[in-house]
Amino acid sequence: MQVTSSVREPLVTGGKTYHDVTQDVSRQVEGKPSIAWFLAFLTAAGVLALGFIALAATLWEGIGMWGLNKTIGWAWDITNFVWWVGIGHAGTLISAVLLLFRQKWRTSINRAAEAMTIFAVICAAMFPVIHMGRPWIGAYWALPLPNTFGSLWVNFNSPLLWDVFAISTYFSVSLVFWYIGLIPDFATIRDRATGLRKTIYGALSFGWDGAAKSWMRYESVSLILAGLATPLVLSVHTIVSFDFATSVIPGWHTTIFPPYFVAGAIFSGFAMVLTLMIITRKVFKLEDYITMGHIELMNIVIIITGSIVGIAYITEFFIAWYSGVEAEQYAFINRATGPYWWAYWSMMTCNVISPQLFWIKKIRTSIVATFILSLVVNIGMWFERFVIIVTSLHRDYLPSSWAMFYPTWADVGVYLFTFGLFFTLFFLFAKFFPVINMAEVKSVLKSSSEKVAK
Amino acid sequence: MERDKHFILGVFDDEDVLLHAVKDVRSSGVKIHEVYSPYPVHGLDEELGYRRSRLPIAAFLFGLLGTSLALTMQFYMMKFDWPMIIGGKDYAAFPDFIPVTFEMTVLLASFGMVGVFMVSSNLKPWAQPRIFDLRSTDDKHIMAIDIANNSSMEQDKIREVLKSSGATEVNDKSFDE
Repeated sequence: MQVTSSVREPLVTGGKTYHDVTQDVSRQVEGKPSIAWFLAFLTAAGVLALGFIALAATLWEGIGMWGLNKTIGWAWDITNFVWWVGIGHAGTLISAVLLLFRQKWRTSINRAAEAMTIFAVICAAMFPVIHMGRPWIGAYWALPLPNTFGSLWVNFNSPLLWDVFAISTYFSVSLVFWYIGLIPDFATIRDRATGLRKTIYGALSFGWDGAAKSWMRYESVSLILAGLATPLVLSVHTIVSFDFATSVIPGWHTTIFPPYFVAGAIFSGFAMVLTLMIITRKVFKLEDYITMGHIELMNIVIIITGSIVGIAYITEFFIAWYSGVEAEQYAFINRATGPYWWAYWSMMTCNVISPQLFWIKKIRTSIVATFILSLVVNIGMWFERFVIIVTSLHRDYLPSSWAMFYPTWADVGVYLFTFGLFFTLFFLFAKFFPVINMAEVKSVLKSSSEKVAK
Repeated sequence: MERDKHFILGVFDDEDVLLHAVKDVRSSGVKIHEVYSPYPVHGLDEELGYRRSRLPIAAFLFGLLGTSLALTMQFYMMKFDWPMIIGGKDYAAFPDFIPVTFEMTVLLASFGMVGVFMVSSNLKPWAQPRIFDLRSTDDKHIMAIDIANNSSMEQDKIREVLKSSGATEVNDKSFDE
């Protein structure tokens, strides 16, 4: 029996029936793409093409094209890597952790958030691969492959290697999780289609028939995958933070890094989900599915994780002083007042102060304010990684080696390339795949639509 | 044209009506072939008398395989095949092997379980499923009753049972085998 609460806000508004859900979501897969979509897609593809010039130059000439020097051996590349991986945390968090917590509101946003995760992880993985300099033989450095250079294996003591395993596992498990969810929806589109589309979506749907037995297994698989993905998503950014935390560099060598990185990842991931969702719901007219309630709940997650990140910054500062280690103290004072003070204070403003505005109900229920703040958060999170990486490295132990980092056009171009890639993939997804999980929305419809509940 | 698989289909609009109907139909002695729904209906598997899925066991076993493979690989490579002192650690620096072991456990558990799911539910790109009613992936629940399995009962009696248990339509469907 279904209990309808008069106090709870409905998850889906507009009194939708089951058929309405099918209709609303399948419509943009079946219809001709709109002019707005074409413009957006061409812009993204243009950025991709432009960025490719920088990527090709980097691959041809080597990473000397970047602004790195002997003091700052990691800069934009790793900053972008950590930033994209962080963004890639929201999707699996929404679909896995919220599934375990039985948060039914996730059903209308999980599909697009997972897609975003997968594309963000692809963008992230580009950077370590390019940074290898000669990626075509990179597999020997990254994977334990038998080789003729001697039976020399990869170093399992290195966090960089753990990262290879963490990121690739995360990518493949997220991809599988996402695809399993897509199968019933592809079947819905298949059963509405004729001709070539029926053949294509028929193959994509893997012959799904919606039998009760298949649904039982589907639910079982979703639950176990969620259970596996939850520690996985936490492990990925933990391991990313080990890249820094295990190095003996002032500002990196701290035990606070794993939880602090994970909170930051969720923070930036939710911000990116909001950026994309606000556009998607508008363009595809899905306001009844991605409601103000969803936006508000995501904003609340942003306040919480933003506050955790803020406390982490302050704790870090305090511990640097309290440790009595001079190098550590200097690193932190230098962050706030040294030549990179502008990066530090951009990070503080964007990540610590601006999300606190969401305490005001008017702001967290305003589309425009949410959209702007979601961009601000992602800018802040990019600066956070830049601050951690570049300001810790640029003052070497030897003052004669002190240096500054200046990005070249190739640094900027490769970053642009990943933006182009991310949005090109996302726009293709939004056009050809159902952006909302129809089957799961239908399963929560009864408690939220009076037309269906009767 | 002679067809050799005949089904009677009950079409249901509402999941709660469906759950009661499954109980009624089964208690009146009709054997249900399968129920097709556009979304997962909770409790339907129990009403149909399906045994709980053993996929969690498959996931556990594949996970165990992942753990042992990962540990074997790392100990073999780092301690036996090419021992090297790295950072002053033991050759077999066990705590350092935990992250990779964890990741491989998750990877094999997920892929193994999903593989078993694909095989057991016959999911593959070239599969040609039997579609009883196109609306079963949109907004209708379809209860399929195989006539061959209910030969002891009059067909009209089955239709009667479906109607009285709340089916909005009762249709016939035949397939070539």
